[in-house]
Amino acid sequence: MKDTHAIKNRSGFAAAFTPSRILGGVLIVVAIVLLALVPRITQGYWLTLFTDILKFVVLTVGWVLFSGPTGYMSLATAAFFGLGFYMAAVLSSRIPFAATIVISGILGFVVAVAVGALTLRLRGVYFAIFTFALVLLVQAVVLEVERLVTHTRGRFVVPVSGSAIYYSMFIVAVGMVVAAVLIKRSRYGLALQSIGEHEEAAAHSGIDVVRTKVLVFAVSALFMGMAGAIIATRRTYIDPYIAFDLQNSFWPVLMAMFGGMGNLVGPVIGAGLFTYIGDLLITRFQDLYMLIFGVVLIFSIVFMPNGIVGVAMDWWRLVKGDRPLTRRLAITCYCIPVLGWITVLLIACRLAWVKSRGGRNAPA
Amino acid sequence: MGILADIIIPGLLLGGIYALVSVGFSLQYGVARVLNIAHGEFIMVGAFITFWLLGSAHLNPLVSVVVTGPICFVFGWVLHSTLFRRLMDTSPSIDVFEGKSLLASFGLYYIVQNLARLIWGANNQSYSFLNRVVTGAQIPVNRLAALGFVIVLGAAFYFFLARTRLGKAIRASAQDPATAGLMGVNIHSVLAICFGLGVALAGIAGTLISTLLSIQTSMGLGYTVIAIVVVVLGGLGSISGAMIGGVILGLVSALVTYFQPSWTMIAFYVIFIVGLLARPKGIMGK
Repeated sequence: MKDTHAIKNRSGFAAAFTPSRILGGVLIVVAIVLLALVPRITQGYWLTLFTDILKFVVLTVGWVLFSGPTGYMSLATAAFFGLGFYMAAVLSSRIPFAATIVISGILGFVVAVAVGALTLRLRGVYFAIFTFALVLLVQAVVLEVERLVTHTRGRFVVPVSGSAIYYSMFIVAVGMVVAAVLIKRSRYGLALQSIGEHEEAAAHSGIDVVRTKVLVFAVSALFMGMAGAIIATRRTYIDPYIAFDLQNSFWPVLMAMFGGMGNLVGPVIGAGLFTYIGDLLITRFQDLYMLIFGVVLIFSIVFMPNGIVGVAMDWWRLVKGDRPLTRRLAITCYCIPVLGWITVLLIACRLAWVKSRGGRNAPA
Repeated sequence: MGILADIIIPGLLLGGIYALVSVGFSLQYGVARVLNIAHGEFIMVGAFITFWLLGSAHLNPLVSVVVTGPICFVFGWVLHSTLFRRLMDTSPSIDVFEGKSLLASFGLYYIVQNLARLIWGANNQSYSFLNRVVTGAQIPVNRLAALGFVIVLGAAFYFFLARTRLGKAIRASAQDPATAGLMGVNIHSVLAICFGLGVALAGIAGTLISTLLSIQTSMGLGYTVIAIVVVVLGGLGSISGAMIGGVILGLVSALVTYFQPSWTMIAFYVIFIVGLLARPKGIMGK
């Protein structure tokens, strides 16, 4: 959807405008224009679905931005998303929608700076379990504060129209992707990469390791908080259990693992595909849907370490070279099952969904 | 006597269960380097197998340990020799393996939990077992039986690790897998056995928990969180640390519950966070 190949050679004007880059640029513009037109084409089901896809684009790209290059496995996505979500409920009756979104983003940023400064000194698995527990801690604290201070468990939210929700999510998603591209191409991106490869070596070569990590972590949390604030307004009532749902930490990881973390196209593909599959299965086949989640996660980790984009790129690299036609065909035949099973899964989910609705194909 | 009866005794009883829940988790991380988020799910599986055996064959819950333990062991052994071994062989470094196996165990968590939901449904299940009270001290007999069981099991496990040949191989593999392999320890076999033992301990813990509390297919994650807190407190990978951490957490839980029951989980997380930041290696960590 959005091409983000880093421009490695900036030596000449002509080098920047190769045919593949022009094609990539055109594709990005077409995708953005099409996404911007969604509320004019359709309302109801498809608008909700596309809002969900954009939400997961924000969460997944945000997760990959930090955890991809550094290898720090963050499971705190749900905490930042949930803070924004809950903030929207607290503020929505007092200030305008846009201000709520901005304040929620800033809240996510500030909390991420505090959490990051405290915990990013922890290594590997310790960081993962800390962030995992953080979601549950924030949930328990919010629950208890509400019980003691306001004597309630949940809050009402002022609803916002579907198009407004969609457009604000669209802006946040584009902002997230642009920020991710800029950070990846800046010196911060290179610094993150070297931290992931060897942290001591990065520190010795003059990188302020802690500051780089905390800053990028907080930027990803900024957008996650904004996404949370937007999604909250789709509901009329929320409570801490809805706001701090651990699933929101796990889904981005699956989507990123499935799509591939090498570039930003993979996470976007993963987010789109799994939001759609989840949407088909969640109402009627809750158990099955979580089961598929687990199977796909293990499958991706074991068989596609670079994700589906990695498989496609391997295929392209092997086919492009000077190999005889039979060899190219053989390589293609080998790659078809690797890429094909997800198509089969998608079709099966769609058929199950159609069948569960009594054969009626039209979405509500 | 009042405080003793209300806090310390229930705290110790609870601490025994927490310790049992955590020992397997600690073993799996300490030796096999898998931070097994699906640990609680195996506790749930053990509890449901016990419940099912009681319902269908009227098997005494404490006897069904001889069924749940081996079943869970085989399950864990197969899992490690297929999934985790493959991940280990394809990972360039131990850090990468830890990350990958953590994610794979998340996948397992979803698979086991939802298969269990498809088989056993989502309702609360419970049965009454030894639900009498020892006169004088207000302690239920089933809790005492569970504590006795934990102590026996803990002692047996300690002697297994300290005195037997396989136990020595396990400890050697935990210290330095590469050197242990050079000394003639079949490292893949030892790691698979360790992972299997961890799952078996989870299954046995599930059996004991089913005699005390109501069980449901979604109960696993709560026990995983407790295991994480206990193990971080005691030292990731340390068996004695898991025992000590379990007892401490049990006492804290009883203390907080005595004054303000709804703060128990918050107290756990505060202990967890303070412990992690102040002493990441844990009480018994080296």
